[in-house]
Amino acid sequence: MLDVATKEFDIELRLLLEALYLKYHYDFRGYALSSLTRRLAQAADHFGCATLSQLQDRVLHEPTLFPVLLDYLTVQVSELFRDPSYFRGLREHVVPVLHTYPSLKVWVAGCSTGEEAWSLAILLREEGLLERTLIYATDINPTALQSAEAGVYAVDRVASFTQNHQLSGARTSLSDYYTAAYGGAVFDRSLKSHIVFSDHSLATDSVFAEVQLLSCRNVLIYFNRDLQERALGLFAESLCHKGFLGLGARESLRFSSHEASFTPVVPEDRLYQKR
Amino acid sequence: MPTPHRPSAPPAGRVDAIVLGTSAGGVEALTHLLPTLPHDFRPALLIVVHLPRHLPSLLVEVFSVRCRLPVHEAADKQPIQPGTVYFAPPNHHLLVDRDARGPSLALSADAPVHFSRPAIDVLFESAAAGYGKRLGGVILTGANADGALGLQAVKRRGGVTLVQEPSTARAPTMPQAALAAGEVDFVLPLEQMPAVLRAWGDGGAI
Ligand SMILES: C[S@@+](CC[C@H](N)C(=O)[O-])C[C@H]1O[C@@H](n2cnc3c(N)ncnc32)[C@H](O)[C@@H]1O
Repeated sequence: MLDVATKEFDIELRLLLEALYLKYHYDFRGYALSSLTRRLAQAADHFGCATLSQLQDRVLHEPTLFPVLLDYLTVQVSELFRDPSYFRGLREHVVPVLHTYPSLKVWVAGCSTGEEAWSLAILLREEGLLERTLIYATDINPTALQSAEAGVYAVDRVASFTQNHQLSGARTSLSDYYTAAYGGAVFDRSLKSHIVFSDHSLATDSVFAEVQLLSCRNVLIYFNRDLQERALGLFAESLCHKGFLGLGARESLRFSSHEASFTPVVPEDRLYQKR
Repeated sequence: MPTPHRPSAPPAGRVDAIVLGTSAGGVEALTHLLPTLPHDFRPALLIVVHLPRHLPSLLVEVFSVRCRLPVHEAADKQPIQPGTVYFAPPNHHLLVDRDARGPSLALSADAPVHFSRPAIDVLFESAAAGYGKRLGGVILTGANADGALGLQAVKRRGGVTLVQEPSTARAPTMPQAALAAGEVDFVLPLEQMPAVLRAWGDGGAI
C-alpha cells in the first residue's frame, strides 16, 4: 500500500478532494482526513496508482472511475435494526410522543443501502404510526440509494436481521415484512409507499422539510468537526420544536456547539430531543 | 533482529502526544507503566490494546483508580488534552485528526487491519501525520505484528520511538516485529520506560 505517512500524501489528498469537488460536485473536503487517508490509499492500490496525484489524473479524465472511487470514499455498512437498543429506545421514549402528532415526517440522513429506513418503517408500522408517516431517506451514493429503494437483502443476512429485530422489542415477526425471491429477501411494497429515497448531501445541500424525528447514524463519524457542525445545524433547523434526533452508537453532541439546543432523552442510545 | 541499543542523543524537542500499542500481556504491562506517570505529565497518551471485540472495555475502570492522570475511553471528535490517557474503544479504530482548533480524536468503523479493530498501525499512522516530530511511539508486549509499520511511520515523520525489549515481554512477537521493521530509538525493559517517557514530555535529556 502506498506510504500515507508523508507530507506529499497530505498535499495530494487535499488536491484530490478539491479536484473531486470541482469536477463532480461531491464535497469531501470536510471529511475526517484521518480515515479518508486510509480509504484513499486503498483506492489508489485498487486502481494501480502509485500516488494520489496519479489517481487524481485518472479520475479527472476517466469519469467511469468516479462511481468506484465513491464507494471507497463512502462507507456502506448497515444492518436492519442495527444496535437494537437504539430502536428499543425509540419505542419506549419517542413513539409515545409521536402518537400525539396527526401526521409525521421522519428523515433518515445517510441511509446507505436502506436498512435503517426499512427498519424504521417496520417499527412505525408495529407501533401503529406508519399510516400517518412519510420517511425521507437520503444519501449521496446513487448506487446505495438504488439498493435502498429496491429493498432486497441477501438471504444470509436475514438471520441476524431477525435477531436484531427481536432484540429491538419487536411486536411482530420480521418475516411478516418480506418475501423470499431470487435468493433475496424482498421487503414489502406497502412499507415502501411510505418511504421516499433521494439524493441529498449534508455537506452541500440545505433543509427540505420539517420533521418530528431525524435519524442520522454512523455518518457524522466520517466528518470533521466543522462539517459535523454544519450537519447538526441542518438537523436543528429541520426538527420541529421538541423533535427527536438519533445518532450512531459512537456519536454524540458532546463536542458540538449544538449540544445546548438539545436535551438527552436516552444518552446511552444517543437519543436527543430539541429544546 | 537488531541488537537493543541506547540512543546516542535525546529527542530534539518535547513531544505533545505518545501513542502506545500492545496486545497479549498488555494490560499487565500497562499496570506497571501507567501508574508511574506523574500528575504533571504533559503529553497526551493514546493507547490501543487489542481486546475481544464484543466485550465492553474495562480499561478505563481499571486504570482510572491506578493513575494520577485522567483516563478516558476515546470519543469521536473529542479534543485531545495534554496529560490525559485515552483508550481506544472496542470494535473501532482510533485515529487523530487535526484542524484549526487543534488535534482531536476520531473513531472509525472501517475494516479491521491485521484482524484487529482497533489496530495499532491505524492509530500510529494517523498520529504521525497529525503530530509529526512532536510524537512518541511505544510498542509493548504482544503476540502479532500490528504496530510495526505504524512505528516506522512515526519515525519517518520525525517522531521518537520506543520498543519493549523482547526478552522482557510476556509475548515477544510484537516488539520483535517492530524492531525487525526498521530502526527504533529506544529498546528498554518496562522499568526503564517511565524516565524516558517523562523526558519526552519535558524535552530534557534522559
Ligand atoms: C456507514 S453508512 C450508515 C448507514 C446507516 N445510517 C446505519 O447506521 O446503518 C454511512 C452513509 O453516509 C453516507 N454519507 C456520506 N457522506 C454523506 C453526506 N455528505 N451526506 C449524506 N450522506 C452521506 C454514505 O454514502 C453512507 O451511505
